[in-house]
Amino acid sequence: MARVPIVRLGEVLIATVQDELYDQDALQLQEDLGGLLERGSARGVLLDFSAVATVDSFLARLIGVVAATARLLGAETVVVGLQPAVAVTLVELGLALPGVRTALNADKGLALLSSRPPDVRSS
Amino acid sequence: MSVPPDASGADEHCVLVTGEDGIVAARQYSREAAKGLGFGLVDQSRIATAVSELARNVVRYATGGRGEVRIRALRAPDARTGIEIVVCDEGPGIPNVDQAMRDGFSTGHGLGMGLPGTRRLMDEMSIDSALGRGTTVTIRKWRR
Repeated sequence: MARVPIVRLGEVLIATVQDELYDQDALQLQEDLGGLLERGSARGVLLDFSAVATVDSFLARLIGVVAATARLLGAETVVVGLQPAVAVTLVELGLALPGVRTALNADKGLALLSSRPPDVRSS
Repeated sequence: MSVPPDASGADEHCVLVTGEDGIVAARQYSREAAKGLGFGLVDQSRIATAVSELARNVVRYATGGRGEVRIRALRAPDARTGIEIVVCDEGPGIPNVDQAMRDGFSTGHGLGMGLPGTRRLMDEMSIDSALGRGTTVTIRKWRR
């Protein structure tokens, strides 16, 4: 098991999820992100899944929970780097991550977050 | 949803599931096995995800969260290659298999996508469950 590292880039928190994420690490990530968002100044969360080969219903549900939690704390979440095989599997599984923004890669994800209008709460 | 008993397997891998380590181990083994049998990336993902769902059910529902995942290669009479994964536990059993196969039905605070989702990811799936004695789920995927 390994904690998912979170780095801050400007106003964006970037979490690079490793392959074979354990349930405990996924729950820890959710908690860590919540704590960082609570401290303020981040208005975007970028979840990089490019190294993840398997996303099952547990992890898919967690992505939705992270995105919803972040939104309530004033931040937008973008999931980037989903492998095509993972995308196909998620659709067939019936979990196409509704309500979660996605981008092909980290560059496009960051562009998406920075093009977002200023947060209503901070204006 | 019956699986014909025509399979003749060679080497079989067995993974004991005793918690979330077992979930990761089971999907790693099944992905490696699928890769070794020549399945493509999308099928590898489907198979590993299906196994992850079933192993998760074992951890979530079975007595002591314990069960077993057996993986083996299949060779059909028409020479097609396939993979078979049997996930069994000695848990409480599934009271109503038809209901459990329906999208959105869950007794365990999950999304209720595990079993019906697994069915969609695989070519064949059968569930043998006896109340109080346990559940055995057999899934198969054939190489195209």
